[in-house]
Amino acid sequence: MSGQARPRVFLVDDHAMFRAGVRAELGDAVDVVGEADEVGAAVELISERLPGVVLLDVHLPGGGGQAVLHGVRPRHPEVHFLALSVSDAPEDVIAVIRAGARGYVTKTISGDELLQAIRRVEAGDAVFSPRLAGFVLDAFADSAGEATPITGLDPELDLLSPREREVLRLIARGYTYKEVARELVISVKTVESHVSSVLRKLQLSTRHELARWATDRRLV
Amino acid sequence: MAAPSKVRDHRGIDQIAGSTSNGTGAPAPEAVDSPSSPPDAGTGHRVLASRAASEGPRRAGSRRRGSSRRFRGPLRRSTDVRVLGGVCGGLSVATGIDVTLLRIGFVLLSLGSGVGVLAYFLAWLFIPPAGETTSIFSRSVADRRGIRLVIAIVPALVLTQILFSAAGVGFLGSFGWPVLLSAGIAVLIRRNAGDEEGRWITEELLPLVRSDNGPHGRRASAVRIAIGVILGVAGVWVLVAGHPTEAALRLLGGAALAMAAVVVVFGPWWLTLVRDLMSERQARAVAEERAQMAAHVHDSVLQTLALIQRSADDPRQVVHLARSQERELRSWLFEGRPPGTVTGDARTLTEGIGAIQRQVEADHGITVHAVVVGECDLTKELRALLDATREATVNAAKWSGAPQVSLYAEVDRDTVTLYVRDRGRGFDPDTVPGDRQGIARSIRARLARFGGSAVIRSSPGSGAEVEMSVPRAQPVR
Repeated sequence: MSGQARPRVFLVDDHAMFRAGVRAELGDAVDVVGEADEVGAAVELISERLPGVVLLDVHLPGGGGQAVLHGVRPRHPEVHFLALSVSDAPEDVIAVIRAGARGYVTKTISGDELLQAIRRVEAGDAVFSPRLAGFVLDAFADSAGEATPITGLDPELDLLSPREREVLRLIARGYTYKEVARELVISVKTVESHVSSVLRKLQLSTRHELARWATDRRLV
Repeated sequence: MAAPSKVRDHRGIDQIAGSTSNGTGAPAPEAVDSPSSPPDAGTGHRVLASRAASEGPRRAGSRRRGSSRRFRGPLRRSTDVRVLGGVCGGLSVATGIDVTLLRIGFVLLSLGSGVGVLAYFLAWLFIPPAGETTSIFSRSVADRRGIRLVIAIVPALVLTQILFSAAGVGFLGSFGWPVLLSAGIAVLIRRNAGDEEGRWITEELLPLVRSDNGPHGRRASAVRIAIGVILGVAGVWVLVAGHPTEAALRLLGGAALAMAAVVVVFGPWWLTLVRDLMSERQARAVAEERAQMAAHVHDSVLQTLALIQRSADDPRQVVHLARSQERELRSWLFEGRPPGTVTGDARTLTEGIGAIQRQVEADHGITVHAVVVGECDLTKELRALLDATREATVNAAKWSGAPQVSLYAEVDRDTVTLYVRDRGRGFDPDTVPGDRQGIARSIRARLARFGGSAVIRSSPGSGAEVEMSVPRAQPVR
């Protein structure tokens, strides 16, 4: 964690109301260095101001949140992104994660939780909301023969370890990292490392299968 | 009317209760009606129903109750003291004679020539029911569309007469007119009987001659098919066996010609009638739909707007209400799911969870986060699981004090597991208050019936989690 330093945050959302709401909710706890409401402006301003964390709306005019990630990350990999959305479509969320966002939370999140998530992302950790955990469990479900089979998935792609699966399941049930740690009798740091490794797997491996999964099914 | 009153025994009991209450208090409907026809009330004549059947039937009824106030208003069929049509009950109110005596009288009259039946039937037709001013007869006379409908049957009857006489079985044709007459009367009665009696006719009598799957439906259609087959065989037999083949053919040709003639002459008229009836029915359907729509909008949108007005100073509540209303409207407009329904019409687990989420958010003003991993169609086991889940969620919403509840559903190869978690005040599962334990039991009992189980984990201050699971009966989709 980045101690008491105020995270430098950049807001990308096409709804001015929502940006104002986030500003008000986060208050003095963060330093909002800029806002943008579409892809072009966002890429330009983020590259210029280099914030610590970008709060990125998944749905954005001009190509969506992933377009911003594609525009910024190759040149400035040190900028971390946290995806925010009201969208329930797993394909959009997975696409943003795979484009490089370090976490995903729903817009119904409380101010405190959002601040916590920002700190975590700034420190380079992953932030999994229950919903994202559910998506990931679903996407990797068949590899361990757990839930619904996805046709055409290579059985060799045993992507999640049993421990990672356990952690994700608890997160999906609404547990915080701290509660997960207590439940599994491990440290919060270990929980974070499990989640980060899941995120890495999600971003790097089985592009083909995950892409197909995302278009195959529509959940929740 | 001995037989029917035996059949409908339960009504007899009602009627006894009704007659006592009528004997003690002033019968309300008559009192209401009396100002509407003061001349009759003043004449003080008493008439039996059989006489009342002729013209000028509205005579004042009187009731022996005290000595001075004898006349209770015009003669009406009683709606609460009745076995069949309430004629005896009405007469009893009008004359003061005990209703049982009147009934016995009618039954005795019916035994011989059956004149009692006729008298009762006519009285039923001509005497308006209590609280109304028109009898079935007077309404039937005014029902022009109904009369046109009845007259439209005449050509069909003429046609059958021709066919019967051509087939050399003219005696069958003599049944035609009585049958037509009673059918016409029956149609008029059905159209003009009051709401309640009409419903009785529709529900108790019509199923006998309809093919619907009512309680009598299958038997009735079996009977109908049997009659049809017998008639058909008889007809073929009459045609073929009774005449040489050529004669039969000539006969058929003639019959076909006659039929064609009738169709040509009366066809357009029938069509108009059918179209009329159909448009009448359509208009009714449209009106019903509009009423249904209004009810939905009232139940959902208007209620929510009212709630929003009331909680205008609580932005959180307003947001919740608006959000859940938006969801409900969307699912109504785009998925055709009427608002207000819960898991009843959900077909899959995700839909069911969504329904619970919507309902609890709308009813309790909290946020419900739902995550579903896997998907499957709803079976009765899963519906039980969803019911238990709703119970647990509502429970958490009501008791925990937490602003949000998390739902997590996981579909496994052979079980479905649901977690309901809140971060509220929590409780000690061993020392819960009676009512909460009752709900826990109802969750457990409900699941146990389908081989499932429930585990409740909680301690004071750390929220609560209910874990519920049922085995799956069906293979994975």
